[in-house]
Amino acid sequence: MSGLVLRRIGYTVFMAVVLAFFAIPMLWLASAPFDSRPGLGLRWPDWTLDNVRATFEHPYALGSLVNSLILCVVATAVTTLCATLAAYALSRVRIPGRDVLLYVLLLLSSVVTGTAAMVPIFVMMKQLGLINSHYGTALVIAAGMLPAAIFILKDFVDAVPRSYEESARVFGASPGQVLRHVVLPVARPGIATILVWSFVQAWGNFLLPFLLLRDVETQPGAVLLQTLRDEGGTANLTVIPVFSLLYSIPVVALYLFVSKRYGFRFHGGIKA
Amino acid sequence: MAGIELTGLSTVYPNGVRAVDSLDVSIKDGEFFALLGPSGCGKTTLLRTIAGLEPATSGTVSIGARDVTRVEPGQRRVAMVFQDYALFPHMSVAENIAYPLRVRRAPRPRQREVAARTAADLGLDGLLERRPGQLSGGQQQRVALARAIAVSADVLLLDEPLSNLDARLRLEARTFLKRLQRELGLTTVFVTHDQAEALALADRIAVMEAGRIRQLGSPREIFQRPGSTFVANFIGSTPMNLLPGAVRSGAVEVAGTSLTEVDLPDGTEVVVGIRPEYLTLGEEGIPGTVSIVENLGITSLVTLECADGTLIGVTVQEHAEPRIGAQVSAAPQPGRLLLYGQDGVLLG
Amino acid sequence: MADPGVGAATLVEAPRPEEPRPARGATRIDGAGLGVSRALGFVAPALLLIGIFLIFPALWTIYIGLTDYQLTGPASVAPAVVGLGNYLEALADPLFGNALWLSVLFVLGSAVIGQNVLGFALAWTLRSAGPGLRRTVEALVLLSWILPGVVVAYLWVAVLSRDGGTLNAMLNTPGVAWLIQYPMTCLIVFNIWRGTAFSMMLYGSALAAVPPSQIETARMVGASRLQTVRDVVFPHIRGHVLTNTLLISLWTFNDFTPFLLTAGGPNHQSETLPVFIYQQAIGGEGNGRLGYASAISLLLLLANLVLALVYLGVLRRRRA
Repeated sequence: MSGLVLRRIGYTVFMAVVLAFFAIPMLWLASAPFDSRPGLGLRWPDWTLDNVRATFEHPYALGSLVNSLILCVVATAVTTLCATLAAYALSRVRIPGRDVLLYVLLLLSSVVTGTAAMVPIFVMMKQLGLINSHYGTALVIAAGMLPAAIFILKDFVDAVPRSYEESARVFGASPGQVLRHVVLPVARPGIATILVWSFVQAWGNFLLPFLLLRDVETQPGAVLLQTLRDEGGTANLTVIPVFSLLYSIPVVALYLFVSKRYGFRFHGGIKA
Repeated sequence: MAGIELTGLSTVYPNGVRAVDSLDVSIKDGEFFALLGPSGCGKTTLLRTIAGLEPATSGTVSIGARDVTRVEPGQRRVAMVFQDYALFPHMSVAENIAYPLRVRRAPRPRQREVAARTAADLGLDGLLERRPGQLSGGQQQRVALARAIAVSADVLLLDEPLSNLDARLRLEARTFLKRLQRELGLTTVFVTHDQAEALALADRIAVMEAGRIRQLGSPREIFQRPGSTFVANFIGSTPMNLLPGAVRSGAVEVAGTSLTEVDLPDGTEVVVGIRPEYLTLGEEGIPGTVSIVENLGITSLVTLECADGTLIGVTVQEHAEPRIGAQVSAAPQPGRLLLYGQDGVLLG
Repeated sequence: MADPGVGAATLVEAPRPEEPRPARGATRIDGAGLGVSRALGFVAPALLLIGIFLIFPALWTIYIGLTDYQLTGPASVAPAVVGLGNYLEALADPLFGNALWLSVLFVLGSAVIGQNVLGFALAWTLRSAGPGLRRTVEALVLLSWILPGVVVAYLWVAVLSRDGGTLNAMLNTPGVAWLIQYPMTCLIVFNIWRGTAFSMMLYGSALAAVPPSQIETARMVGASRLQTVRDVVFPHIRGHVLTNTLLISLWTFNDFTPFLLTAGGPNHQSETLPVFIYQQAIGGEGNGRLGYASAISLLLLLANLVLALVYLGVLRRRRA
C-alpha cells in the first residue's frame, strides 16, 4: 500500500520537474516580447506592443528576415528538386554501383557535418569569391541537407508500389507522364515532408551563414540575433524578444501544418 | 483481337536465374489461358514479359502476328490487371477508369463518357466519384478490370486476379470474370497459384515449374491425366494418391495387392497415381484399416492404413463413412489408374 | 543537434517497407521504364552539389591540414607544406587536449547519459500517463527540439543570466553567473533540454513495438515491474539503445550550439572541439590558423566516420 503511494508521489514529482524543466525557459518567449520593460528574468508582463514597433523600426531586423527567406527558399527548392529526382531514380532503377552510392550517401549525411567541414568550406567559398553571396551559401546548405533528404524521400518512394508505374506504362504513359500523373502525386506527402524539413533546417542553420555571410546587410535572422545579443544594451533588449518570437513562428507553424496534414512521421533523426 | 505466339522465349535475370526458360506456346484468339504453378515458377515473369515489363532475353513475343518483343509496353495493345490492382489512390474511380484515354490525350468529355459506360457495364455506377480507398476489395477489382477494358486492347493480362479477395467473394468474382471474358471474347492470359481457379476459369492451362511448362492442356486433361507426378501433386483439392508399386507377373502390385495388368517387364518399380475421388471403398481392392476420417462437407476424406504402412486417401459420399478402425478395401474405378516411372513421367 | 549545419541531420532509420515480392523485386532492373541513362541524369544534379560542397571540402581538409595555411599574413598567400607538423603540434597543445576532454565530457554527460536516460524515462512513464499530460509533455519536449538554435540558446542565456535571470530568482541566489561559474554544467543541462526529444520518440516507438502479450505473460507468471523491464522489455529495445546512443553522441560531438551560449569561455573552460576549431581558424584568438584547424577538423571527421560505420554496422546486423 505505502509502496503504491510512494510510487504515485514519485511519479507526480518526476512529471512536475520535467514540466518545469522544459516549460520555464520557453515562458520567457511568451512574456518578454510584450513587456514594456523586458528583462532577462521571467515576470508577468506589463502588456505593450511597443517592442513590436521598435523591432520593425530596427535597421536590420526586417532585412535579415528577408535574407533568411531568400536563403531558405533557394536552399529548400534546390534540395527538394534534386532529392526528388535522385530518390526516384535510385528507388526504381538499379544504376550500376547503386548500393555503394547509397551507402556512401548515408555515411556522408552524418560524417561531413558543418562543424567538421567549416574550415575547407570557408576557404573554398573565400577563394571562389562567394563570401556574402546568398546563392552560394544556400547551395552549401542545400548540399549538406541533400544526402539525408534523398534517403527520406527514397523511403517514401520505395513504399509506393511499382505496380502503379507499371500499370501506367502498360496503358501507354511515357516516363514523363508516369512521373507527373502517378509518382509525384502519390509521393506528395514525402515531398511535402522534405520541403518543410529542409526549410526548417535552413531556417535554424546558424553556423554556415555565420561563416559565409560576413556583411550584416546579407545576414539572416539567425546571425542577426546573435549579433544583437553580443552588442547587448537595453535598446537591443526590446528587439531581441520580439525578434526571437518572430523567428520561431514559421518553424512551429510548419510543424503543425505537416503533422496535421500528414501525421507526425518519425524518420530517424529527422524532425518531421 | 489477336492470338499470342511465344517462340523460344527466355527471360533471364541479372543474377542468372532463368525465370522463363525457352518456351514455345501458342495462345489462340479469344482463348482464356491460365498460367498455373507454385510461387517462383516463373509464371508472373512470363506474364510480365508478354506485357513488356520484363525484357525478353531471347526468343520472340508476337501478338496478332506482330512481333512485339522489342516494343514498349504501352504500344503492345495489351491491358493488364495487377495483383494489387494498382489503382491510383489520388484519382477517383472515374479518373482511374479513364486513365488510358488521358494518356492518349482524349478530350475530357470522351474520358467521362467512356468511364461512365464502362463502369455501368461492370456494375460500378454510383461509385464514379469515390476514391479507391473507399471501395471494397471486390469493387476495387472491378475498377481495375474496367480500366483495363476501357480502351480496346488485343490482349488482357491478369496477375493473380482473385488472390486479394476473401474466400466468399472469390467465388462470386470468379463467375463474374468468366462471364466477362465470354462476353468480350478477349484473348486473356491469367496467372494463378490456385489450381481450382485455373480449372474453373481457363480454356487451357499451362502448368509451370522452374521456368518451363510441364503440361499444357484443357482443365479436363490436366485433372484426369496429369503428365507427371509434379502436376498430379499440384492439381486437385485433395491430393492424388501416389503409391509405390512394382510389376509382378505382368500386373502392378501396390501394398501386396495386384491391381491391373501392364505391359512392363517384371520387377519394374513404378509410382501408381489414383485420385481419392476415383477410389471406391468395399470388399475389393487394397485392404487397410480406417485411421482418419475428415469431413469435407458433401464428401469425406478417409485415410486407410495398409499393412505395410502405406497411406491411401479415399473420398466417400456423406453418410457412407466407415468407422475408425474398420477393415475395408479401396478399389480403383476402371481406367482411372495412372502409372508414372521413377522419373515422375506418365507411362503410356 | 541544435545546429545540424551541413549534413549532420541524419542517419535515417525509418522502418523500410518490404519490397512487394523480394525474389523478383531484387532482381528487376527497371520496373518504371525510366532507363539507366535517364536515371543517371536524375541523380546527377544531387551528386554534383554533394560532390562540390560536401565531398570536395572533406577531402581538401586533408591537404590543408598538412600546410601552415593562414587567414592573413604571408602564409595566406603561399602556404607551405608542413607535413604532420600540425598533428604533432596538436599533441602538445594543452588547448586541444582541453577541447577534446570537454567534448568527451559533453557527449557523455548530455547525450550518452542525459538524453538517453531522460528520453527513456519519459517514453516509459508517458505510456501510462493520461492523454492530456502526455500531449503537454510531448509538445514541450518537441518544441525545445524544433525551435531555432539561436533562439533556444538565448532563452537559456536569459534563464541563467546573473542579473535578473529566472534561475537565480527561483533559487534565491542573486548574483550567481551560472554560465561563467559553471559553464560545462550549463552546457550539459542545456543540451539535455535541447535533445531529449529524439531519444524520447525513438524509445517511444521502440516500446510500442514490444508485444503486449509478452509483457502480459511476464505479469501472469508473477514478474515484478523491474523484472519485466529487464527480462521482457530490454531485450526488445537493446538494439535501439545502441543505435540511439551512437546517433546522439555523433550529433552532440558536432554540436556548435555551445558557441552560442558561452563561445568557449570563460578562458576555454567550455571550449568543445567544434568551438575550438572555429576559434583557431576564424574566430579572434587563433590568428586564423586554417592549416592547424584543418588538421583538427580531420580528426573530427575521422571520429564521425568511425561512429557512423559502427552505427551502420549495428543497423545492418539488426536487420539481418
